[in-house]
Amino acid sequence: MSKYYDVLSIEEKDFGTPAHISGSLVTLEIDGMAVTVPEGTSIMRAAAERGVNVPKLCATDSVEPFGSCRLCLVEIEGRKGYPASCTTPVAPGMKVHTQSPKLQSLRKGVMELYISDHPLDCLTCAANGDCELQDMAGVTGLREVRYGYEGENHLNLKKDESNPYFTFDSSKCIVCNRCVRACAETQGTYALTISGRGFDSRVSAGQDQPFMASECVSCGACVQACPTATLQEKSVITLGQPEHSVVTTCAYCGVGCAFKAEMKGNEVVRMVPYKNGLANEGHSCVKGRFAWGYATHKDRILNPMIRRRITDPWQAVSWDEALTYAASEFKRIQQKYGRDSIGGIVSSRCTNEEGYLVQKMVRAAFGNNNVDTCARVCHSPTGYGLKQTLGESAGTQTFKSVAHSDVIMVIGANPTDAHPVFASRMKKRLREGAKLIVIDPRHTDLVRSPHVEADFHLPLKPGTNVAILSALAHVIVTEGLLANEFIAERCEDKAFRQWRDFVAHPENSPEAMQETTGVSAELVRGAARLYATGGNAAIYYGLGVTEHAQGSTAVMAIANLAMATGNIGREGVGVNPLRGQNNVQGSCDIGSFPHELPGYRHVSDSATRDLFEQAWGVNIQPEPGLRIPNMFDAALDGSFMGLYCQGEDIVQSDPNTQHVAAALSAMECIVVQDIFLNETAMYAHVLLPGSSFLEKDGTFTNAERRISRVRKVMPPKAGFADWEVTVELARRLGYPMNYTHPSEIMDEIALLTPTFRGVSYAKLDQLGSIQWPCNDEAPQGTPIMHVDEFVRGKGKFIITQYVATDEKITRKFPLILTTGRVLSQYNVGAQTRRTENNQWHEQDLLEIHPHDAEERGISDGGWVNIQSRSGETVLRAKLTERMQPGVVYTTFHFPESGANVITTENSDWATNCPEYKVTAVQVMPVHEPSEWQKQYTRFNRVQHELLSRASQTAATDHLSS
Amino acid sequence: MDMNNLVHMANKIGVFFEAMPDHNDALRDIVDHLHKFWEPRMRRQLLAYLDSENGKDLLPIVVEAIHTHRNQLSQKNQSI
Repeated sequence: MSKYYDVLSIEEKDFGTPAHISGSLVTLEIDGMAVTVPEGTSIMRAAAERGVNVPKLCATDSVEPFGSCRLCLVEIEGRKGYPASCTTPVAPGMKVHTQSPKLQSLRKGVMELYISDHPLDCLTCAANGDCELQDMAGVTGLREVRYGYEGENHLNLKKDESNPYFTFDSSKCIVCNRCVRACAETQGTYALTISGRGFDSRVSAGQDQPFMASECVSCGACVQACPTATLQEKSVITLGQPEHSVVTTCAYCGVGCAFKAEMKGNEVVRMVPYKNGLANEGHSCVKGRFAWGYATHKDRILNPMIRRRITDPWQAVSWDEALTYAASEFKRIQQKYGRDSIGGIVSSRCTNEEGYLVQKMVRAAFGNNNVDTCARVCHSPTGYGLKQTLGESAGTQTFKSVAHSDVIMVIGANPTDAHPVFASRMKKRLREGAKLIVIDPRHTDLVRSPHVEADFHLPLKPGTNVAILSALAHVIVTEGLLANEFIAERCEDKAFRQWRDFVAHPENSPEAMQETTGVSAELVRGAARLYATGGNAAIYYGLGVTEHAQGSTAVMAIANLAMATGNIGREGVGVNPLRGQNNVQGSCDIGSFPHELPGYRHVSDSATRDLFEQAWGVNIQPEPGLRIPNMFDAALDGSFMGLYCQGEDIVQSDPNTQHVAAALSAMECIVVQDIFLNETAMYAHVLLPGSSFLEKDGTFTNAERRISRVRKVMPPKAGFADWEVTVELARRLGYPMNYTHPSEIMDEIALLTPTFRGVSYAKLDQLGSIQWPCNDEAPQGTPIMHVDEFVRGKGKFIITQYVATDEKITRKFPLILTTGRVLSQYNVGAQTRRTENNQWHEQDLLEIHPHDAEERGISDGGWVNIQSRSGETVLRAKLTERMQPGVVYTTFHFPESGANVITTENSDWATNCPEYKVTAVQVMPVHEPSEWQKQYTRFNRVQHELLSRASQTAATDHLSS
Repeated sequence: MDMNNLVHMANKIGVFFEAMPDHNDALRDIVDHLHKFWEPRMRRQLLAYLDSENGKDLLPIVVEAIHTHRNQLSQKNQSI
């Protein structure tokens, strides 16, 4: 067992009420002991911090106190009665007694009433061993229920089992309201309420609906808050209570939530958000909390396999044979086509350590810089744009910083679906009164949902971000809203003056841009004034900014806005990219781009190269390598013939599927390392089984630059963690790597990368997580960047001229298609499609405005053909006024949908990040799948047959061995 | 590699920097970008195209930039 294998106690201390932050401290006496706590703290929490746990049922420290259960009564000297300790704040000199005969009798009386209407099936109850009601019965010394159990009760209420992950058993509910408050305060969805009055009061989802029919988003906050078995994970019902837990990091989106994997041996019983995890502070979403079953799905690839041609059946072989074959093929190809004819792709889902090893293998063992990562197709413009303007390719804040924002601007991001745990934080701040500006072609949930309404929604036409951002800047400059002092002190003067003159041009005014953007000038002016003058203003943006022909320009325009208004370098402000995948930030940090070594240092920089050359004992090429789209072009050209692709499905996720498929078909050796036979694997010659995040040690780095530990909770299903496979492949390529644990890889990263210099597993264990830069200047990490000066010294304003995309609407293609995600599915869906999350979203739909639908005779739920210049596919239509007329939308979670058959190869001018968000299309009703879909179905069936034949062979081999 | 695509990509880089007020800076930045982010075979192909087709379909600013700073785009270490 590794020295870093941390087993933490399953029980986390519940302080009863949330912590209060206050500059002034209050000292009081509890049971004769002096306690000092921040002003505003409840007596209950003050007592808990002193180690005295006042009995409680309706209080828990994730939600504000409610004062309904009457168990936490205390006596306060000089005060009458028995106040609830959860709702009574501390006061200086207060003398509190938490236990007395009177209190004991009152509490016992309360418990007696609760238990008189509660099933007494404790021994067979799923919460047995984890039930606060049971605990309180014990604490209060309940020995009898004088009222009997025959009176009117709720014991026969029906259990709601509609949610695939948890049950709601109202007969066990004590109506403590914790779930209702968690849904409102923690999650911000307001799906739960108490229906009925008095004795009939019951927790109700929606309007007395089953959970699945309600607005519930299945985040799990209510289940976690429930003190009884009323809301209970089905996995616990099936498996029983866990016996140990391990803190680890979620492998879904870029929020990077900390979870406790609660285990029985090597089996996960449930994933519970970890209260001390700073990215999520105890909250979760339906994916991280519940959709982890894919890790043990029967589709997992468990045997290495090889084949000469992609039309051959797979042949299950030993690890040694597969790796030796892959290495010999790579060597053969290099001998035949030259050193630069092969490359590798780093996964933004694997760990930092694994990514580091892949790029090291490419640079050291392949001897070229042909390495890229899927960040290419999502946030590469962020890396470029923020480096140019601010000096570092990363977001500037912590997630928690949003609690200090007065104005929140969300551009091209849909956090309630794609970054739900951060969205909950944001909504909490909005409920406290922060103002909201949403710039998005669609009417997303943030525009208007319970207790949240955007002050400004700028529903721009897809592809016009830069026009809108320049128009916002125009207002700030021409209406005298610039932060002149900040600019004079912190930014390059010449570049600023050039930028100021540029944005002040009349053609950048909201009025002049109105026709281009489709947004009224008045809205743009209002939004600009609010952003510039509303106090702390923070920008959050997503792929709706980056995945455009002008993605990098838009990122720079965002940085310009923040600098122009002085909204950078402190809490509550900043420029915040919301990263798509768990380790997009990390994979970029550790040198996955073809032009950069770890720490964003260009390969042409000889001092950096020297450093790595000495450490690695090889020569490193000083020229940039191929980016993913360039690899495809070079493959079709016959100069790029071999690829090592770890944990990335380029066939499904990259644009213009047919082009990608043609490129892969042209290559001579594709090695895919993945946990499933993904779409790319169907074109592969070597299939190496991957390992899930539960099966290895490592780190992920989230969107706030937070490095968090990923901890192994079970052995790799196929025998090796991904980093071990890369080590073995490199060895067979003649480049031995000697690591016995990922901590040694992190040590090497820290040694060679100034921003990681102070990072180690020991420090991660000690601090929980670290936001880089972490070095001698910032030994505890850097929560907020660019505080006194920008990383590049002075901030640089850059002129951002709007240029219309080449994807123009015409009579033949009169609509604009834009793409995105839904809450329940993740990216290409390889993980979430193999879970019950399909119950929320079982197919990709084409969202279309009713007006556009009516014109074309399209009905809700009917099949429609979507045709672009690249290709066509068929989906079912969903009529919705979320769309503006002229714009249609779909997701890309299901391969058979072929969303990327339609998207084009247009890409960002600076980084080649594809323009997924703008494709000119026509949409017409049809009755059958597209030609591509028919071909796909045939190809898919054949490939699965080829796989199943290999699996049978492997099974036979195992039996005979 | 598809020459049309390379021309298209080069032109988009040109369009971005064309907006800069200092023309000489723009020329330098265009070539700097090609040097920093384009793999040598892409650059070689672009240069060959410029020589053989006289820069047809390339924006004038791209042609001018490459003519002005051509040395920077030549690969230092040839592939082995």
